[in-house]
This record gives sequence, C-alpha cells and structure tokens, in this order.
Amino acid sequence: MASLDRVKVLVLGDSGVGKSSLVHLLCQNQVLGNPSWTVGCSVDVRVHDYKEGTPDEKTYYTELWDVGGSVGSASSVKSTRAVFYNSVNGIILVHDLTNKKSSQNLYRWSLEALNKDSSPTGVIVSNGDYDREQFAESTVPLLLIGTKFDQIPENKRNDVLTRNTFLSEDFNAEEINLVGWVISERGIRMHNYSLTGFTDRKRFNFKNLHYD
Amino acid sequence: MSFFLDSVIMFTSQVLFFGCGWLFFVRQLFKDYEVRQYVVQVVFSVTFALCCTMFELIIFEILGALSSTSRYFHWKLNLYVILLVLIFVVPFYIGYFVVSNIRLLQRQRLLFACVVWFTFMYFFWKLGDPFPILSPKHGILSIEQLISRVGVIGVTLMALLSGFGAVNCPYTYMSYFLRNVTDSDILALERRLLQTMDMIVSKKKRIAMTRRQMYQRGEDQNKQTGFWGMIKSVTSAPSSNLSLIQQEVDALEELSRQLFLETVDLQATKERIEYSKTFQGKYFNFLGYFFSIYCVWKIFMATINIVFDRVGKTDPVTRGIEITVNYLGIQFDVKFWSQHISFILVGIIIVTSIRGLLITLTKFFYAISSSKSSNVIVLVLAQIMGMYFVSSVLLMRMSMPLEYRTIVTEVLGELQFNFYHRCDLIGGTLYLNLLNIEDIPVLKVI
Repeated sequence: MASLDRVKVLVLGDSGVGKSSLVHLLCQNQVLGNPSWTVGCSVDVRVHDYKEGTPDEKTYYTELWDVGGSVGSASSVKSTRAVFYNSVNGIILVHDLTNKKSSQNLYRWSLEALNKDSSPTGVIVSNGDYDREQFAESTVPLLLIGTKFDQIPENKRNDVLTRNTFLSEDFNAEEINLVGWVISERGIRMHNYSLTGFTDRKRFNFKNLHYD
Repeated sequence: MSFFLDSVIMFTSQVLFFGCGWLFFVRQLFKDYEVRQYVVQVVFSVTFALCCTMFELIIFEILGALSSTSRYFHWKLNLYVILLVLIFVVPFYIGYFVVSNIRLLQRQRLLFACVVWFTFMYFFWKLGDPFPILSPKHGILSIEQLISRVGVIGVTLMALLSGFGAVNCPYTYMSYFLRNVTDSDILALERRLLQTMDMIVSKKKRIAMTRRQMYQRGEDQNKQTGFWGMIKSVTSAPSSNLSLIQQEVDALEELSRQLFLETVDLQATKERIEYSKTFQGKYFNFLGYFFSIYCVWKIFMATINIVFDRVGKTDPVTRGIEITVNYLGIQFDVKFWSQHISFILVGIIIVTSIRGLLITLTKFFYAISSSKSSNVIVLVLAQIMGMYFVSSVLLMRMSMPLEYRTIVTEVLGELQFNFYHRCDLIGGTLYLNLLNIEDIPVLKVI
C-alpha cells in the first residue's frame, strides 16, 4: 500500500473561501457538515488512478494539504507555515466568487508558497501589482478554483465570469469554464483550470466521485 | 444670522468627519473584505462623525468660538442624535446581522431582530438600578436616564480596557519576561510537527486504500446478491479496523494543531528577542519599566482615594498654575494662560484618545473577524466607540477649569458626577496605556 507514489498538492486561499469543504468533498465523497476554522494544516488523501483505462495506468496517492490562515498574518505565523511548503508537486488556489478581495489575495498566496526560500519573514512589497516574471521559472502547476457560485445573484453572474477570465490571464492559465456542469449540495463548482503539465484527465462527476 | 452661520460651520465640519470615518473604514478596517451592506459603513461613519463633533464642541467652548446660544443648541442636538444612534440604531442592526447569520431564523429576520433589541433595552434599563442615578426630579424617559446609563457602560469599558493595557503593556515591552529561545528549539519543534503530519498522512493512506478495496469487493458481491451482499461486505473485519485508525488520526490531528500553535509562539518570541536588541526595542524596554512604576503608583493612589473618599475638586490646569504661582513665584496672567493651557491639554487628550481607540479597534478587528462576522464586529466596535467617547466627555469635565465646565453640566443635567469620577479613579486614569495594547497571541493564528 505504501509503495504507491505520492503527489503532494497544496490547497491555499483566504480563510472562509471553502478549502476544507473542497478537500473533504474530493477525498471523502461527502459534503462537510460543520466546517470550522483550520488551525495549522489539515491533510487528506485521495487514491487516484492516473490515465486509467490506458496501458499507462498508474495509481497515485494524492495528498491535499489544506493550509489555514490569511495572507496578512503575522510573520511568525508565516514562517511556521513555510514548513508545509516543502517539495510541493502542485498548488490549488481557491478563491470565493462572492468576495473580490480573496481573488486579489491569490497572487500573494502563490508568491508565499513559491518563494519560500527567499524571504520567509520578509514583507511582500508589491501589493497588488502583478509581476509575471515571478512565475516564469517555476514549474509547479497551478489550479484556480472559484467557490460559492450559486450564492451569486443571477444578474451578476456574467460580470463574475469576465472577471475570472482576467484572473486566469494573470496567472498565464488556460480557461475552461465548467459552469452548469457540476451541481452539488453546497454549490461548489470547478470553475477554471490552468493545466500546465498536470494530469490531463480529471473527471469531477460528483455523483460517484470515487473510483471512476 | 450668526446662528445660521454657526450652523453652517458645524454642518460642514460634520460632513468632513463623516468623510474621515468613511475613509478609515474603507482603507483600514475593511481592506481585506468586500463591503456588501452599505448600511454598516454608513452607521459607522455617522457614529464617528457624531463623536468628533462632540469633541469639536468642547474645543469651541474653550476657545469661545461661535455664540453661546448656538453652541448650547448644537450640544443638545448632537447629544440627542448620538443617544438615538447608540441606543436605537446600532443595537438594532447588531441584532439584525447576528440573526441573519443564523440559518434557522433567516425567515423572520426583522421579528427576531426586534426581539433582540427589546432584550438589550431591558438589560440596559436594569443596569441603572444598583447605581445612584435615579433622582426624584427627573421623569422616566428623560435624557439624564439615558446618558447616565451610557456613561456607566462607557466608564466601565474604559476602566477595563485601560486596566488590561496597564498590565499588558509592561509585559510586552520589558525584556525581563522574554524566555530564551534558540534556533535549534524551533527546528526541533518543526521537525516534530512534520513527523506528526507524515504519520497522519500514512494513516489516512491506509484508510483510503482499505475503503477502496472494500468498495471494489462490495461491488463484485453487489452484482450477485444485491441487498444481503452489501450487508455482508459492510460487517466484515476491515470496518472495525477503520474506526480504530480513524480515532488515532483524530488524536494525531489534535497534536499537530498544538504543535503548530507552539511553533508560532516560539517564532514570535524569537522575533521579540531580536527586536529588543534594536535601539527602538531598548527604548520601549525603558518605557515599560517607567509605565509599570507609574501604574503601580496610580493604583496605590486610587485605592487611597477611594478608601478615604477623596475626590479631587480642582482640575490639573488650575492646580498646576497654583503650584507655579505659589511655590515658584512666577507671576503671569492666570486667566489668559489657563484658557490656552486647558485648550492644549484637552486637545492632546482628545487626539490621543481618538487615535488610540482607532488603533486598538483596528487590531481587535483584524484579530477576531472573519468574512461572516465582519459586519457584526464593525457595528459592535462602533457601539463601543460611541459609548467610550460619550463617557470620556463626562470625565473630561474634571480636566477643565471651572468656567468651561458649566456648559457640560448644563447640557447633561444634574448627574451624579462624583460617582463617575470615583469610577474613573479605579482604572480610567490609566487610559494612556490604551495606546499601546498589543495583539493577543492565540488569535493571531486564525
């Protein structure tokens, strides 16, 4: 059992966007009944068949490391959090579609995770100005997920979708809209993908999530 | 004509204060959240503007600007409006937003908000019973009743905050209290944390694999025997094993949380040690010693004053002038200087208390708010701010010379000021420390 390869994926985002609910939904195939604040980091594991059905099929353990806290935390919290960012294979950035600030903070989150070696206690000076150079050398794949789409009133949904197009452009990602495709009780929908070397076939049919 | 002019001046200054409150709200308090309910922003800015207007009126009183009838009118008007806001508007909205957050009561939001407000009014009224407030001259719904209760709450709040600040401030500043933390301590703790996380991951892998195998086995059996097959597969041995492993995982997760909090604490201590070696750190260390001695002396004096039932009759300005005239033999125009000195003193008190309160509010807000509760917390802070400022106006009466006290006394009616001053002596004189309240450590993590 332990001989399977592991894939470590970080799940980052502001507090209250739905990271713990998302991880629980992905790994336990159930909706999280009573979400509470994540202190530190909570891990969950999903057994995944990569490229199933093909001769290259391989089973992996996907570890989802859900790190709690906010971007504006004290530097002592940030340096402690940096402990979890070792040898990461992928990053999932989660933002709340009803809260614009959480999308703006995603840039700072990605910097914190990727630049952990340069200045763990330093202050990120560029506050809101995006610099594409930062992401040029990094080979870590990013996935952007927007949650709580069903809580947006009907007339504002188009604005939200256009805003997300700009956001995925900023992260140099391809945009695939899966709106209207996934319906779950809590309304968490897979929204944008930025597939830069990540597994190319992920079926998120929530009716029978596990063992597809 | 002059009344009209004065009103215009007052109105423009109120609009200015409203704008400042709005800016503060947007730039500082709500910089990480999105404002969805503009009511909250408006209520906060209105409370801030009314409080600043009160202080402005005191300054005008000392300077003698505007005519005295218009000043009196504006005092009364401002007082009525601020009481209206503090007792009716803000508590109602607090109840409304709290009720909106609870899912069960979503339907009848207004009704429940009214219920909450009535409960608040009941306790607010009951608050006045044990205190010497009610005098036979005043009716039930007079302004003195309301002001006195607001005053009691505000003074208690000030006393609590400044007492906390008095203890916390030396503790944070002085390096005597810092434990010795080395880098190797932190590294060892981080290693333990990662080991715990690895153990959690390996146990969860076992659980996931076991469940997957169970599911696959169950599916095969399902195709043949349906209902009974499922029962058989569920009651097989692995399930009891699973619950045991799940319990171990829960215990390990709790351990990892504790380790994380400890590591954060150690990192914070290490940073404080580094900070204390800098010049700024040494300066604050010295201040810490000075403040602790000052606080101890004040507590001692306050106890003596209460035990021997002394309340200071003269204000610091007049007393200071008396001392200089009598002991130092310097002769100068008392009336002229008392006006200017009291203006400066009152101005300093006002500015530092506003600044200190806003900084403290911001820190508390960052520490305890989340995206769901931010509205409620901002309104609670607005309520605290309003009550704090109203009671500081009451207490400021003591810092002003006799001729300026008249308007405050006139406007607020015949309150038992002595009672308030005694309460003030308990802790309120330490409110200088309010400026320096630091973060609460545990709340930093969330």
